[in-house]
Amino acid sequence: MGFLSVIIVNNFVFTKFLGLCPYLGVSGRLDTAFGMGLAVTFVTTLSGVLTWLIDFYVLTPSHLEITRYICYIVVIAGAVQLVEMYVRKFFPPLYDSFGIFLPLISTNCVILGLCLFINIWGTNNLLEVTILSAGTGLGFTLAICIMAGIRENMKLADVPKSLEGAPITLITAGLLTLAFMGFAGMIR
Amino acid sequence: MSNENTSGTNYIRALTIGLWQENPTFRLLIGMCPPLAVTTAVAPALTMGLSVIFVLVCSNLVISLLRNLLKPHLRIIMFTLIIATFVTICDLYLRAFHPRMSEMLGPYVPLIIVNCIIIFRAEACASKSGPIVSILDAIGTGTGFTIALCILGGIREILATGRFFEIPVMPAGFVPWAAMQMPVGAFVTLGLLVGLANLAGGTKRS
Repeated sequence: MGFLSVIIVNNFVFTKFLGLCPYLGVSGRLDTAFGMGLAVTFVTTLSGVLTWLIDFYVLTPSHLEITRYICYIVVIAGAVQLVEMYVRKFFPPLYDSFGIFLPLISTNCVILGLCLFINIWGTNNLLEVTILSAGTGLGFTLAICIMAGIRENMKLADVPKSLEGAPITLITAGLLTLAFMGFAGMIR
Repeated sequence: MSNENTSGTNYIRALTIGLWQENPTFRLLIGMCPPLAVTTAVAPALTMGLSVIFVLVCSNLVISLLRNLLKPHLRIIMFTLIIATFVTICDLYLRAFHPRMSEMLGPYVPLIIVNCIIIFRAEACASKSGPIVSILDAIGTGTGFTIALCILGGIREILATGRFFEIPVMPAGFVPWAAMQMPVGAFVTLGLLVGLANLAGGTKRS
């Protein structure tokens, strides 16, 4: 697994179907989308590293794997709290424009999915974990920005009434996955 | 408390509203990750649906019983912890008794923890209503979700392999649509189904 691989070839949104709720909800404007993507990247990097550390140094040696999901979720919630406090202090207008979506990141599939996949991939060194976590967040940012750009233009297109909103976004996302499949096999 | 008559209609409403009007996949558009990820065939779709019903019912019940003890700003984390416990139980059960299904579903079972549906129902219903209404609401929403998953899984499986639940249904000369097994098929089919639901029920703001 490499950095580029996780951004492009194995993009978490397009190949693993994770992070769709904020994806469908926020990707209406490019600047909000970019802000959300960066927030998610920050949280994924932080959570990925912390959960791996806890798993490696605490859970596995003491055979407490059964509490893995609970531990992961506590760490992720804490990381999101941190991000929320940081954004509220240093970027107040961004905080206001996010509204409900910032705490909703803690229930974002990408983050828990990343922690679980790192577990499944059996990564065993800290640097690789950090790079993969950051890469996943950036892949999500890439996906959400592409979507926002397309959606901005779709407002001017002639979409059938019943397909407006989520359905046409889903169909567009499907075509995007087709495009990204072109990268398959380039990197393992 | 309300009289018997309104309680009766309340119960029926709780049970049926999740089936269509507030169907999580086609109308509310929440919890979209499993519908796309596990619906390559009907069997995993059904397993995922039943797991979600189990977790929904158990967590709704517990949250409803605890509803007067929840501090407002801690409630999301409390919900998540309760849900995580039941998902762990479900995951262990699947790994022990249905290993093949567990392999196929992979990390999507623990991802039920962050499935928006469960937290949404906990927030909107279980934290405000009695245990019986919460259980009925959970069964209704869970069933609506399972039906949606099975429809999606059925379409994808029939078109991709000519089989439904591993039983061949298409004529021998059928050329499978490989695209249905891939993410494209998932996204486009779901998009079209939501569009159909909009046609049938009037456009709902996502």
